[in-house]
Amino acid sequence: MNDIILQLQQIEKRFGDTKVLDGIDLSIKQGEFITMLGSSGCGKTTTLRIIAGLETPDSGRVLLEGRDVTNEEPNKRNVNTVFQNYALFPHMSVESNIGYSLRLKHIDKATIKKTVAEALDMVQLSGYEKRMPGELSGGQRQRVAIARALVNKPKVLLLDEPLGALDLQLRHQMQTELKRLQKRLGLTFIYITHDQEEALNMSDRIAVMREGQFEQIGTPEQVYDMPLTSYVARFVGSANILSGNVSAIDEQSVAFNCQGVTVFAARRDAPISIGQTVTMAVRSEKINLTPQGAGETGLHAVVTEKSFSGGVLHIIVTLDDGSELVSSRHGIDSPLAAGDSVTVSWKPENAVLVDL
Amino acid sequence: MKNRTKLPNIYLGVILVLMYLPILLVIIYSFNQSKISSVWEGFSLKWYTELFRDASLLQALINSLVLAAASSLNAAVIGTLAAVGMLKVNLRSKGVIEYISTLPIMIPEIILGMVFLVFFSLIGLPFGMTTLIIAHTAFCIPYVYMLVKARLVGLDKSLGEAAKDLGAGELRVFLDITLPLILPAIVSGMLLAFAMSMDDVVISIFVTGVNTNTLPIKIYTQLKTGVTPKINALCTILFAVTVLMGLLSGWLGKINTQKKTVLEENR
Repeated sequence: MNDIILQLQQIEKRFGDTKVLDGIDLSIKQGEFITMLGSSGCGKTTTLRIIAGLETPDSGRVLLEGRDVTNEEPNKRNVNTVFQNYALFPHMSVESNIGYSLRLKHIDKATIKKTVAEALDMVQLSGYEKRMPGELSGGQRQRVAIARALVNKPKVLLLDEPLGALDLQLRHQMQTELKRLQKRLGLTFIYITHDQEEALNMSDRIAVMREGQFEQIGTPEQVYDMPLTSYVARFVGSANILSGNVSAIDEQSVAFNCQGVTVFAARRDAPISIGQTVTMAVRSEKINLTPQGAGETGLHAVVTEKSFSGGVLHIIVTLDDGSELVSSRHGIDSPLAAGDSVTVSWKPENAVLVDL
Repeated sequence: MKNRTKLPNIYLGVILVLMYLPILLVIIYSFNQSKISSVWEGFSLKWYTELFRDASLLQALINSLVLAAASSLNAAVIGTLAAVGMLKVNLRSKGVIEYISTLPIMIPEIILGMVFLVFFSLIGLPFGMTTLIIAHTAFCIPYVYMLVKARLVGLDKSLGEAAKDLGAGELRVFLDITLPLILPAIVSGMLLAFAMSMDDVVISIFVTGVNTNTLPIKIYTQLKTGVTPKINALCTILFAVTVLMGLLSGWLGKINTQKKTVLEENR
């Protein structure tokens, strides 16, 4: 049995002179929660619309359960979408909204009523049948939109930034609920977001998109811990980026010269040679700052700013070449003050070479 | 806020008097006993009874109503289909087509009337109700078209896409989603078109036949023989109908905006 449910093959799409999608490939397994992560304009929504059939690619194929659906109308493919603005029909009650796809299939009224009630129960909105969309809060509309898309029992559910319009608390709650729902129903979710935290929290796999291409596709751990490119490192968890010329290579690590100091990064499965210019990413929580002259070796920097948010203290330091690094740690304060000279260091295994 | 003078109120009063005093006078004198319009001789409904005995005037009223109903209905269908269709057209000539289709509002009526006269005689169509309906439909279309178009532009595109996504074909999307949401605009456009058709004199004079009189033409031609207070009674009835229609249109507009706010909140 082949458990690949959806395949994108070399999808290209242009809008006028702009190439929105530049030959993307993606295989999605049955029951997988995959997130397309990227900033606005990276092509993630277009990809979703192509899967839904609302857009036709200029070239490439979309295979749903092995069947080519590239040029099939959206109403012919068993894929449903939760739209960014929910797109609830304002002139129909909650019940009519959710039952719409069933009515189109000419299912008898009693069955529709029962199915709608079940769907509402699933999204914890029982008793809201007769309400109009205008009378619902943002979170409730969101749930109705999900129920409406799920009632049709789609092979794949597409979600286009469904939590974007909700406030932070509700967003966290809905993230958990969505994830649970997906596991319980065993459905395949393709989720779009520009929020890396949301992506890391919910997904089985993350596809980081940039300028119409996938930068990296992998599990949240892979994307977070072993970013392939500096873009991914910056976008997912805002890492610090440094570069320099390789001076020595051994089994585990690579030494390179950065602003006159030799620093180390972990070795990766990629050919590397002495003299090559390399780029390295290190997460802010892995960066140690020690007062100058405490015996630690590393880059020289000056503390410029401290800020505290979300239980984490961020210390911003400026290197000799003027670039800034961020070091973060749990806690409210540190003995370091603005203007202090510090030594910046990290463990070689916490630094990842990128853009190889 | 402090320097509030009485000037705005006086200004408003003058405007209101100028606008509504003549109408008020017509209404009052429609209940006048006297045959001479300017002399009040006591309350009477005799002009209303005479009005309903005047077969030719009633026939003209019926003609006008039929004409207005037919042409506004035609305009509703054509105007709506045009607006819906134009939304999907992606031609460079779109602007030109749109300009041309709203032109009948801007062309002086006298020219439109001439053009219709020449055209109908050229194709040999006998003048009468048919020619009237065709001409009125033509100048009514832009009213429906513009209102429906404005509504369509404000409509969230993803609603149609959501319907398609849920399994609806193009026709079902139109019937289930688009049509119910633009219906208030269609009806307002129709009411406007109805009113426009109802009071048209210029174009009607050009395209009507010898035996078909519309109400405005009838009233206009009566000026030559002198206006009887019957006309006052008729005007009062028409005014009442117009006010009612205006209220209806306003009420529909309210529903319209209510739906719109829902749409906006949905964004």
